[in-house]
Amino acid sequence: MGRIPIAIVGSGNIGTDLARKLLRSSLLEPVVMVGIDPASEGLARARQWGMETSADGVPWLLANRARLGVLVVFEATSAAIHARHAADYASAGIVAIDLTPASIGPSVVPPVNLREHLDRPNLNMITCGGQATIPIVAAVTRVTDVPYAEIVSTISSRSAGPGTRQNIDEFTVTTARGLEAIGGAARGKAIIVLNPAEPPILMRNTVYCALPEDVDRSAITASIEAIVAEVSGYVPGYRLKSPPVFDDGPFNTPGGMAAGRVTVFLEVTGQGDFLPAYAGNLDIMTASAVRVGEVLAVDRFAATAAPGAAA
Amino acid sequence: MSMQDAGQDAVETVEQPSAARRYRLTDSTLRDGSHAVAHQFTPEQAAAVASALDRAGVPVIEISHGDGIGGSSFNYGFSKVDERAIIKAAAQVVHRAKLAALLLPGIGVADDLQEVQALGVSVARIATHCTEADIAVQHIGMAKRLGMEAVGFLMMAHMIEPKQLASQALIMEDAGADCVYVVDSAGAMTVHDARARVAELKARLRPTTQVGVHAHNNLSLAVANSIGALEEGVDQVDGCSRGLGAGAGNCPTEVLVAVSERVGYQTGVDLFGIMDVAEDVVAPIMRRPQLVDRSTLTLGYAGVYSSFLLHAERAAARFDVDVREILLELGRRRVVGGQEDMIVDVALELAGMDPASRYRGRARG
Repeated sequence: MGRIPIAIVGSGNIGTDLARKLLRSSLLEPVVMVGIDPASEGLARARQWGMETSADGVPWLLANRARLGVLVVFEATSAAIHARHAADYASAGIVAIDLTPASIGPSVVPPVNLREHLDRPNLNMITCGGQATIPIVAAVTRVTDVPYAEIVSTISSRSAGPGTRQNIDEFTVTTARGLEAIGGAARGKAIIVLNPAEPPILMRNTVYCALPEDVDRSAITASIEAIVAEVSGYVPGYRLKSPPVFDDGPFNTPGGMAAGRVTVFLEVTGQGDFLPAYAGNLDIMTASAVRVGEVLAVDRFAATAAPGAAA
Repeated sequence: MSMQDAGQDAVETVEQPSAARRYRLTDSTLRDGSHAVAHQFTPEQAAAVASALDRAGVPVIEISHGDGIGGSSFNYGFSKVDERAIIKAAAQVVHRAKLAALLLPGIGVADDLQEVQALGVSVARIATHCTEADIAVQHIGMAKRLGMEAVGFLMMAHMIEPKQLASQALIMEDAGADCVYVVDSAGAMTVHDARARVAELKARLRPTTQVGVHAHNNLSLAVANSIGALEEGVDQVDGCSRGLGAGAGNCPTEVLVAVSERVGYQTGVDLFGIMDVAEDVVAPIMRRPQLVDRSTLTLGYAGVYSSFLLHAERAAARFDVDVREILLELGRRRVVGGQEDMIVDVALELAGMDPASRYRGRARG
């Protein structure tokens, strides 16, 4: 079968970076980019790259859906805009991969819980910090109980857009919830720090997991290394900065007294598709969204698009 | 003491004797001091300190985890006792003073303000790195909607020029801040640096917006910087009793009160009373004296966030590295407040244990 036709809604930096990544995909074909500003540079670039474009917004996309054959839309606008159109996408039979904080559909982290939600009409990408750190927490909970997990994401000031800045609480609250609901920690806490240093710093994340007594440290390390390899399969700049560091407690955590902890230092270099390489926080969002689209293409649409092949 | 006599004469003849200048003093022993005791304050200690400060006439008492509400964490250290219990204990014994709490957007959330207000906190101090004021707009707005006094707290203010700092202060003023502080988190400012920043904020903010200064003593300049700020017209000054605070500590409240009186500023605080707080109530709960030693001096010299001190000392001991090397490297990397996780990272590298190159290939699979 051919590539699955998809649409990008939003012609800003994120939409443009998505387009660059999707143009490389062997499973997804970005056929159209939709914006609201005819003078948008993003739309002009998309046209240069051979995509159809429209400045008439989502209504235009819905009206042209059948002709374009679009099965998946990548939403790179704002939470308010996505909330307005989510139901329209669903009734048009288009799966929405939502990069905004709208949180309409279930939150997904590709190597952790995506397969549970492949049949849903709307999938939410949580936050950059969530995409970077939830896999680590999940890797630890595969080996032992985690009564409390805490993450610190540090990003360059230049890569924090106005949306993040106006509602930084949304990052901490949403990410903390993801550490619990998807990572499997009993309690979660997320911290974000902006650093204005020049040249801009790479995105870095520190993950702390509280541990019970007598855990198998080498099993935890192996589980972390395995999931890092998996994430770096779709986010090439995702890496461990050093081996996991184990400490003996006791630690008086919000999840109760913990006998020990493991600390994991991660760094994310962006691929520099459209966004600069230091903006690993943005790259991990677009790369993870593309990964979700590709898994959908293989495991959901391959069957519907080619029933003969599946039978 | 002829110089002092001459000075007093000058004040009395040149200015009206009754018009001694006033400023508002905030004592942060129970907030910045939390760093120095690794966030192990008990409700009993908080009540004793708050009650004594209140009796001495301190107008504002700041209380919360050292890294603000919600700071209790692996990254910054867990509080021994939930800070809400600590605030409650203080609120029960304070009759005159206002209670303040710190909140760092990215660590605590705006909704936390509602909770601490219900416990008796009426001053919300919203802190950001000096270049990131816009992340506080949400929280300053919440404080104002709740009817709290809102103070913007621009940390690590030595890292940018006065003009740039004032532009950030304007963002906080626009968001509704009643006062914006020049915060020398690294204790890295000279008197000139402090004066220049306060003067710029005084010139650029509306006359109705107050300006504050929060000093650390890493270069032994906390009192001098605070007095310099007063000479530039600063409206609010922070102190900590016996200097109890991050790094080499803060401007000692009792010294600030004494010097203020000598140079002609009223605080409304009883001098002997505040000396007694420092000596009888705070000194016994201190784990070590607030000294300018090789570690804390390096903080000021390298321009590193003062609360990194205990974390850096622990990392130095664990990985067998000189704490000064860690601090210098953190300064070189222009690490900001909140990045405590960088300390172990840097210590690991300095210890020659950096396996990053080994891991680079492995992680990419």
